[in-house]
Order: sequence, then C-alpha cells, then structure tokens
Amino acid sequence: MRLFKIRGGVHPQDRKQLAAGQAIEDLPLAPLLHVPLQQHIGNPATPAVRRGQRVAKGELIGQAQGPMSAPVHAPTSGRVMGIGSFPAHHASGLSVRTITLQPDGEDRWVEGLEGVPDPFALTPEEIAARVAAAGIVGMGGATFPSAVKLNLRTKYSLHTLVINGAECEPYLTCDDRLMREHAEGVLDGARIMAHALGVERIIIGIENNKPEAQDAMTQAAAPFPTVSVAHLPMRFPMGSEKHLVQAITGQETPARGLTADIGVVVHNPATAFAVHQALRLGWPLVARLVTVSGAAINRPRNLRVPLGTPVQHLIDHCGGFREEPARLVSGGPMMGSPLPGTRVPIVKGSNGVLALTAAEINAAPRSACIRCGSCVTACPCGLLPLNMAAHARAGDLEGTVRLGLMDCIGCGSCSYVCPSHIPLAQFFSYAKGEMAARGRTKQKQTETRRLIEQRTERIEAIQRAKREAMAARKRDPKAAAPAPASTSAEQSADSHVAA
Amino acid sequence: MLAAIGSLSLLGLVLGGILGLASRYLKVEGNPLTAQALALLPGSQCGQCGYVGCGQAAEALTAGTAPPTVCPPGGRAVAEALGSLLGKTVDLAGVAEKAPTVAHVNENLCVGCTKCFKRCPTDAIMGANNMIHSVFADACIGCEKCFEVCPTECIEMRPVAPTLQTWFWPNPALATA
Repeated sequence: MRLFKIRGGVHPQDRKQLAAGQAIEDLPLAPLLHVPLQQHIGNPATPAVRRGQRVAKGELIGQAQGPMSAPVHAPTSGRVMGIGSFPAHHASGLSVRTITLQPDGEDRWVEGLEGVPDPFALTPEEIAARVAAAGIVGMGGATFPSAVKLNLRTKYSLHTLVINGAECEPYLTCDDRLMREHAEGVLDGARIMAHALGVERIIIGIENNKPEAQDAMTQAAAPFPTVSVAHLPMRFPMGSEKHLVQAITGQETPARGLTADIGVVVHNPATAFAVHQALRLGWPLVARLVTVSGAAINRPRNLRVPLGTPVQHLIDHCGGFREEPARLVSGGPMMGSPLPGTRVPIVKGSNGVLALTAAEINAAPRSACIRCGSCVTACPCGLLPLNMAAHARAGDLEGTVRLGLMDCIGCGSCSYVCPSHIPLAQFFSYAKGEMAARGRTKQKQTETRRLIEQRTERIEAIQRAKREAMAARKRDPKAAAPAPASTSAEQSADSHVAA
Repeated sequence: MLAAIGSLSLLGLVLGGILGLASRYLKVEGNPLTAQALALLPGSQCGQCGYVGCGQAAEALTAGTAPPTVCPPGGRAVAEALGSLLGKTVDLAGVAEKAPTVAHVNENLCVGCTKCFKRCPTDAIMGANNMIHSVFADACIGCEKCFEVCPTECIEMRPVAPTLQTWFWPNPALATA
C-alpha cells in the first residue's frame, strides 16, 4: 500500500518491550468500584440507581443526558454503596459525581442482554442507537461519544473508515495486544461501523513496531477484499487522526476541520472491539484494556480492567513499585496527563497507567529560548511553537491564536525536542483553556443580555397593564371594581374609594 | 417697501424651512461609538463601575473619562474588546480578575420576602411570597444586588468552583518562574 509523507514528528524511544510480550490478563475485582458519571466528552450522565440498590453486571446505572453524552453501566454485579463526589481520573484532582459499587463477587450479567445475529441487516440508525445505548465512547483517550461519530454520514459524504492502530505513544501496548489476540473481533467491529457509516473501504493503520499485530490483522482481513492493512512508519504522532489520514490517503484535513471533511472517519481498535461486543453479544462497555508500565513498575502488564477500579488496585496486581516513581501518568508519556493520586478510578478513556522513574522524565530546569528552531522542524502541524509560546507568555493570547493555536493538536513534539526544556505544549494547553474560558464568558454575556431584555419587556408589559386597568377604573368605576381579582374584597373596596 | 418686506420674509421662511428639514434629516445621533461600547458591556445595569448604568458608562468610555477597564464584571474579555473598539492600549495588569461568584440562598434563613428576586436583573432567582427562594447558578451574574437587600442576610456570594468542563492548565510562566 502506498503511503504519503507527513510533516515533522519525533522518534522517542518506544519502550514497548516492557509490556508488549504480556498477554491480556483479567484483573480480579477490587473491593470497591468507583464509577464516575462523566467518563466522556459532553453532558454527565444522571444516576439511574439509588443507594443500597442491587445491580447486575451491565445494568444501566447512569442515564445519558442528550445526544452529546453516554450512559454508564455497572461493571460487575453488587450493591450501590452511594452516589457522591469522588476524585476524578483527571489532572486537576477535582471531584466528580461517582457511583460507588460494592461487588458481590458473582459477576452476574443482567438478564435480557442479547446480541444481533446479523448486524449487517440493521439500518445504520439502529446500529448507532445500539452503540449509544452501550455507552461506547472513543477509547483511544478522547472519549468522544462514538454514536455521534457514526451518524456523521448524514452531514458528510464519506468513503473510508480508518482504524487507528498506530499506537504511537511510547510504553502503551493495549491496542497492540487487542489486535493480536482479538483480531477477528476488532475486524468485525470495524466492518459493523463501516456498515453504519455507509462506507466500503476499511484501512487498518498499524506502525511497523507491531509486526505481530500487523500479521494478525492481515490474516483476519484476508477474506474481505475491501479491508486492507497499512504498515505505517514509526513516528510520533502517527496516531493523530489527521496525520494518520494524511499518511494513508495523502489528503490533508482542512484547518480546524474534521477528517470527515475529506470523507474519512477514524476509530480506535478498542472502540471497534467494543462495538463488536455490543452488537454481537449485547454487552455494554463495562471493561477496557489498560497497559500498566514504566520502569518503576515491578511487573508491567496488559490488563482487562472493570471500569471504576482504583488505579492502586492495578499497581498492586502488577507487583507494586520497584522504586518510588517520580511521576504517575495516565495515558502515554507524550500526551498523557499526570495522575492526581492512585485512588482515582479507571475510566473509559484510560489506556495506560505509567509509573515513570526520574531517569525517564524530562525534569531538567527550564532555560531561555535560543531560537534554534527545533520545535518548528518537529511540529507536525507546521506551526511556530516558539513564537506561539512567546505570545502566550506575554499574555497576548489573540496573537497566539493568529499564529495557529487552534490547529495545534497538543502532541508535545515541540516540548520533547526543545533543548532549553521550555514547556511549550503546556503553554498551548493553558492558552487553549483560557480561550475556551473567554468563549464561555462571552456566551454568558449574550445570554445575560437576552435575560435582561426579557425582564425589561415583562416589567413594561406589567406596568402597561396596570396603567390600562387604572384608566379603565377611572372611566367606569363600577364596572372596573371586580377587575383586580387577586386582591381581597376589602382592598378592592378601598381602591374603589380611592379611585 | 412692500417688495422688500415680502422678499425678506419669503427668504426667511424658505431658509427656515430648509434649516428645519436639515435638523430633522441630517441629525447627528450622538457618538456612534457609544452604541457599540454599550453593546459590548454586559447590560445588567449593576452599577459596579460607579456609573448609574451601562449607558452612562458607555458615554464616559467614548468621552474618554473612563478607562476600558471600567467594567468589573466584564473582566479581561470585555476590557480587551473595549480597548480594541476605542483604539486604546489596555493595561490588563491593573484588572484584578475578580473570581466570578454566584449567589446562594441559605434555605434555613430565607423567609420568602421576595425582595431579592424583584431586584435580580437576569431573573436568576425563583420564588414566591413565603416560599424559599432559590438561585439558578447558570443565569446568575454575581452582581450582588440581591446580596444587599436580603433582610435576613441569608444570601452569600460563593466563588464559582471549576468543574471538569471548565478547568484548564495554569499558565506555566506563572507556575514555576
């Protein structure tokens, strides 16, 4: 298959050998599961259970709120211990509404879960509805509700589904293991999604550091002439969907656009596998694969983890720490975020838990920019990170936006290559967050103005009505007397006299 | 004699008529910038700027007697927008970004007097006579008008806590200099 070049990028040591050889293991149940109601982009789910209620595995415990949301299901059978705030799987360390579940150890599935014998007989809408009901979100880490993405065909003309098996982040091997061990399932899920999207062509992109996964997927894809496997060169960020699509099709996604603008939809292999389970078996999304790795971990593993399991439980299962980790990271080392602690639960978007030693992290002190231009060469989006960061540091966020802040994918290649250890990517995360906050302020002001106008109109209408009532009373006191019905008889008599 | 009186009064009438028409059709509607500045201001007439309302503040802005940073609830965003409208450089360092607050009614103390919701410029308070009032946090703009009138002092202004949707990374330039 012919591939196209992408701009920039870096070649970090992939360190996948730590966990790549470990077959998927089922993690035993933790004594308590903390299932957050917000594990996706969009509105949080609302609790559908009460404290003390017994639930079976796969039972709905959180209802989706509107189309941009996802439901939450019980990861195992047990009793709801409570619904309250619990630290979220998020760098901020903020709490989020969480359902705490005490497993009963039976791991009993809820009755009535049934798959479809032939998903290809369903209409695209029915498939999307089932995917939405199963609570499936983008499992590469973005956690965008998948059903919304499956409905893109109504707005765009699509021709290709790309399965993003690049897994370009160092350390992470969960997609690799999934494609090796469940190639048939991943492929089946991808074909169901292609059917829902109304596209024929499926391309599975896998980096060359995963030859076993490439072989397994090629073998699984052999009976289907429209499915092909692309052998991608090793390069970070090959797994960024815009760059992956460019490498495969040669077309560049328009600035601030979606890959759907050029007719391509990208999904993660884990999402495809979840779709396969939801359609064939009727299983909602209640577990996911997580890579536990890093030099500070005793036994790096790829685990199948029930959602809501505390991170500490995973670390304990992997033999604890070999040495005190210098940093705990959720996701990959390039784009992941620091974990606020080990109490936090695993959520739908967590693909890795890394315990990194001091030797593995970039802890060198920051120095001044020497304008070497390394970041410009490394930027896969063709931006000028050094200038953008200078504007952001000076507080000129508009200037940063003019230089293309909104086209930055936050891959961190610039920070990785910077010889002065300037936290460039962090400047851009801050600037994006601040711009979003300003957008929200502006929206609130528009809304405030609307409310104020409504109130002014209402008050004027009330005063007008009062004046008219007064005028009517003056013209004909007797006929107008019963008009103020809300006041008591005495009061109306008084006003009668006054009039 | 008559011809002179006639021609002069005719001249006066015609010119007067032209002046009258001109004053009607060629009227200058104040400073057009005032309307634009008013559109940028929140419009809640909260009075935190020291002027009676947003209209007066907009006039002061265009007259140059008020700096673009005049509007405390508008914060940096409004200050920047006003600065670019008026072509002035804004000293944002001076804008103490006041943490946004929303009113919260302590239900144990509320007597249902309806004083607060009558004053709320955005109808963010719900309630009725002798019923406990409540605040819609999404609509509250933190203008503190209700806070001032509550007879039982049951309203407190709470800072808006960041949520997972609104939290973002702090500025690394400030974090570790």
